[in-house]
Amino acid sequence: MTGPFLLLNEHDNVLVARQAAPEGASITLEAGEVQLARAIPLAHKVARHDIAEGTKILKYGMPIGIATRNIAAGEHVHIHNIRSAYTPTHALQDGDGVSAGVSQ
Amino acid sequence: MTVPVIHGYPRADGRKGIRNTVLVAYLVECAHFVASKVVAGFPDDDVQLIGFPGCFPNEYAAQMMEKLCTHPNVGAVLFVSLGCESFDKVRASDAVAASGRPVKTLVIQKAGGTASTVAAGRDWVRGALDTVGQIERVPMGVDELVIGTICGGSDGTSGISGNPAAGKAFDLLVGEGAACIFEETGELIGCEDIMAERAVTPELGQELRESVQKAERYYATLGYGSFAAGNAAGGLSTIEEKSLGAYVKSGDSPIAGLIKPGDVPPTGGLYLMDVVPDGEVRFGFPNISDNAEIVEMIASGAHLTLFVTGRGSVVGSAISPVIKICANPDTYRALAGDMDVNAGDIIEGRRTIEQVGREIRDLVISISNGIPSASEALGHREFILTYKTFEPIGPACLPSRI
Repeated sequence: MTGPFLLLNEHDNVLVARQAAPEGASITLEAGEVQLARAIPLAHKVARHDIAEGTKILKYGMPIGIATRNIAAGEHVHIHNIRSAYTPTHALQDGDGVSAGVSQ
Repeated sequence: MTVPVIHGYPRADGRKGIRNTVLVAYLVECAHFVASKVVAGFPDDDVQLIGFPGCFPNEYAAQMMEKLCTHPNVGAVLFVSLGCESFDKVRASDAVAASGRPVKTLVIQKAGGTASTVAAGRDWVRGALDTVGQIERVPMGVDELVIGTICGGSDGTSGISGNPAAGKAFDLLVGEGAACIFEETGELIGCEDIMAERAVTPELGQELRESVQKAERYYATLGYGSFAAGNAAGGLSTIEEKSLGAYVKSGDSPIAGLIKPGDVPPTGGLYLMDVVPDGEVRFGFPNISDNAEIVEMIASGAHLTLFVTGRGSVVGSAISPVIKICANPDTYRALAGDMDVNAGDIIEGRRTIEQVGREIRDLVISISNGIPSASEALGHREFILTYKTFEPIGPACLPSRI
């Protein structure tokens, strides 16, 4: 595994952070250089390219959810902009992986 | 038998254990304290506490208790009853006696109360330790092992390091003839079609698919998926993302059968355990915490459990050792003393999935030979058993038996 963000399957529209990346860090995507709008914790996801609302999110080459709004390339992809096709996700204040929460 | 690399404890039913535990089992919460006081008298011996808290009868719990008390890692059993609970202690005791193990039942209401029951219990356990201490270990092949796998406290690292490494270990162990069990159909939601393709028969494939559909209905009724708040903090966004990460624990072997808690795999190979109750939704969540699933795999004969964690679970288990595989390198650094394997090395590029998988396989052998796992050495002996209802598995579930 190389590079700070992993592409797990060639069909994926998300990349996985191999290590925590700070806000403002610049990452290289197919569309070009993008600055991270927020810190991305280890193993969280960013959009590989622009994703339209309603699009299936693919990780491991398989659908893991549906975009609930338009997501820009390099944006954090998580519970605030995707949903399950099965059951709703339960999260606390720390669900973004950055905020302190009761489950910390 | 393959080349014997393990030495295990022979049991009358032909199975062999990797531990020789004296169990103290309470048959209702009202007997829990007394049973725990008996166990507390043996801090340096392999004497462990299990039990069932409910006062209402439940066939699943009765069967689980029988399977656990006749598990190959168990040498003798002391039942502690209050006296008025509904649990059928005669049936349980008869099952243990029929297995050739020393067994005793103490009824607190007849034994003179707390202090005298504790004293009588400790006397009996002392004798049982001497008896099981006489059992000589014999050669045991890897093909006589049953191994479970679970992930708990999962995060976004679990599916890319720890679970694939556990899957690699499963491939190696299945290749050596061991029976390997993966489970939690509620965490296979979204994987049902790719999983069904791995079944050894199309009929089994259909059973696998239906078991996941049952889980989906069950959890939908309850309003929560098998997904904890910490999963989201760790980067998992949806149940299907968690599922796909969890699914890779099963490795690449063909799926030889579908079992339910307490069914012992009839041959080596890879098995899915259906842990979601049958029938209408009753008694609440299928598995209220990770140890409920570990206990169910132990009831199906698991000698040990591979436990992959990202957020950092510290649990072990009664009866069968737990091998803790840490997927997240940051968590490993924070909780190294609780972990057996650092699969975070894969994420940080120091080792391959193959290398970590082989380390896990080798640990299975050394821990089977008596080396304590990290949680075992720390004294973790968690146990939980709750109410459930199951129908027996159908004929398509175990093609090797047809």
